[in-house]
Amino acid sequence: MTEDKKMIPIYITGKKYLVPYSLTIMKAMEYAGYRYIRGCGCRGGFCGGCATVYRFKDDYKLQSGLACQTVVEENMYLVQIPFFPANKADYNLEELKPIGGTLLKLYPELARCVSCNTCTKVCPQDIEVMDYMQAALRGDITNAADISFDCIMCGLCAARCPAEIVQYNIAILCRRLYGKFMSPKAEHVKVRIAEISEGKFDDELKNLMKSDIKILKKLYKERDIEPEESQR
Amino acid sequence: MYTKEMIDSINRLEETRRKRMKQELSLLTLEEKYDLLNKFHPDYKQETLRELKIGPNKGEKVIQEIADLFEAYSKINPNNFNISEIDYDTDVLVIGGGGAGASAALIAQENGASVLLATKLRFGDSNTMMAQGGIQAADKPNDSPPRHYMDVIGGGGFDNIPELVSALVRDAPDAIVWLEDLGVMFDKESDGTMITIHGGGTSRKRMHSARDYTGGEIMKTLRDEVRNRDIEIIEFSPAIELLTDDGKCTGAILYNLETDEYFIVRAKTTILATGGAGRLHVQDFPTSNHYGATADGLVIAYRAGNPVIFMDNIQYHPTGAAFPEQIVGLLVTEKCRGLGAQLVNNTGERFIYELETRDVESAAIIKECVEINKGIKTPTSMIGVWLDTPMIDIIHGKGTIQKKLPAMYRQYQRFDIDMSKEPLLVYPTQHFQNGGLIVNEKAETKIANLYGAGEVEGGVHGRNRLMGNSLLECIVFGRRAGKNAALRAKEIERGKLTLEHIKRYHTELKEANIDRGIISPMLLPDYRRKETIARMIDI
Repeated sequence: MTEDKKMIPIYITGKKYLVPYSLTIMKAMEYAGYRYIRGCGCRGGFCGGCATVYRFKDDYKLQSGLACQTVVEENMYLVQIPFFPANKADYNLEELKPIGGTLLKLYPELARCVSCNTCTKVCPQDIEVMDYMQAALRGDITNAADISFDCIMCGLCAARCPAEIVQYNIAILCRRLYGKFMSPKAEHVKVRIAEISEGKFDDELKNLMKSDIKILKKLYKERDIEPEESQR
Repeated sequence: MYTKEMIDSINRLEETRRKRMKQELSLLTLEEKYDLLNKFHPDYKQETLRELKIGPNKGEKVIQEIADLFEAYSKINPNNFNISEIDYDTDVLVIGGGGAGASAALIAQENGASVLLATKLRFGDSNTMMAQGGIQAADKPNDSPPRHYMDVIGGGGFDNIPELVSALVRDAPDAIVWLEDLGVMFDKESDGTMITIHGGGTSRKRMHSARDYTGGEIMKTLRDEVRNRDIEIIEFSPAIELLTDDGKCTGAILYNLETDEYFIVRAKTTILATGGAGRLHVQDFPTSNHYGATADGLVIAYRAGNPVIFMDNIQYHPTGAAFPEQIVGLLVTEKCRGLGAQLVNNTGERFIYELETRDVESAAIIKECVEINKGIKTPTSMIGVWLDTPMIDIIHGKGTIQKKLPAMYRQYQRFDIDMSKEPLLVYPTQHFQNGGLIVNEKAETKIANLYGAGEVEGGVHGRNRLMGNSLLECIVFGRRAGKNAALRAKEIERGKLTLEHIKRYHTELKEANIDRGIISPMLLPDYRRKETIARMIDI
């Protein structure tokens, strides 16, 4: 791609650098000479470690994204927010009840939400953050857990929230409450655990462990494969 | 987003789709597999390996990039380094903040130990966080731990350490329930039955998932729980050496990446959970791994005398992104193939059954691109083959991709590629360190009071890991390490702190005339340009 060589100006914490136009913000910063300690985690959009805010010259609009997933554009003024001081409640999950009161008790600031939708607009995962905050406020933990599922806890919502709420910590609490108390339990796994502790598979496993490679290869070749279309 | 040539190729793929969907490809025989691997898998090239000149595996061949870090000097001079002031005193020191480290910390704390968790980046920055596909456990009526065992060793080339595999498959259902109880939102039917699918090399559908953020959801849950407990966490502070007393591990030296200051930790027992090595970029392959995957734990344990196993190979994930350039190397989850997406070449043909093991899939893709020349070229001269993802919605119904693969869908949507309508271009990427430190089923290393859990340890997967067994390994061996390290800490007194093993290692290096100017562990990769580095001056 010859046009790959096209260089554009970007402004990293206000300082101008020329970088190839096709790079992500993260790669552009490295191209410019930065070596990351903070602000760089998985480099794949999963860890939330590289939240970045930026604005274009002569544009009032403040934008945001993940440095590893956002491609640089001409005249981008950017700064990373590798850490945001966030309020996290301490709790013993075992002692909690999966009700709205729990959320409000641990995070009373939840009630300060003014539904301004800034959190949703800023979310690099395109999550309807305000919707799950409203669900949480209603005590609808199921929906809060479901809507917030893709949250990577990058901190941008909390950084912009005028009510000083830390949305993502409330979200993980909702998901844990749902996963532990509200989602139906997988009974078949407990059955298997009981079978294992009763020693049901001990002999078979011991035999396999001491079998020689010829027998193992034969067994491996002969094992039947569950058809793709089978149920469960 | 795709170029004209690529769109032409996609048209050919679409023309054959209806026919391909009915086409049955059979599994390769063992002979065919080995033939394919020998000819095309990067690990089977002898020039990628080098014989180690010193240390516990002296005389054995390992990957060149690993040998470079093993045959290297410490960051400290053991003859004049002051370790007399102890900064932290703890029962259990956990080094590493991924899935294995977090599991170990929780269980150690539950077993009455004081726990200190030190990690190089942020707590949670790890390969666990990135794992999309799932976690295996034989917990359905048609499945069993022995079946799981067979799949693991068959996939691993029958070289796996039997005791470790047995531990893995026996603990698996319990690991799932432990996570469920911590609040991980697994995908379930309305009656609570776990929704499970196949992965490459599985004989039963035993892949459990939390949409396609499985590792992320597990990691976020474990991290939240660790933060709720009385566990001290030190971020941006990797261990740069272990401390020993007469061959026993007695703690570690931490290095604050932000202030360059070091800290001495005295610990009764130490758990290494430092993860893998993707950022070494073996043979210049791209990688799916997180920024900190630089084999630090392997290096410091090797220096202290712990042998490694199966470090003569690396797992390439068959479907790394080959396009667009911005995400080259990132993973396209195996779950896509589990849900029916086929691999297709430039002429619209399939060339391998999609659920072979990862090594075989990788070799087949490399063969198709390099030898048969039916790959598709990108504008930056990457070559790849198509992964026909629109088939997923055709097979399972419209909207399946968005529901079951939201992370993948979003990843490509960011670059204007709709994977439910267009296929994805893929090529193998460096993904997993199959081998690692030798440990036993109690997660004990060969060094007394030192434990290993997760990707840093080797032997469970033989020379090829199956999808869904690394998250499992992190949880199973993390928990085992946590428990055993805590119990052991109750039995023993605090040891002396010395650097004798580093002195010895440096002597060995000198006697073997090794000095390549390399200091290890590496800690962080360096992606600055050569031109920039050449112009740097120290202040």
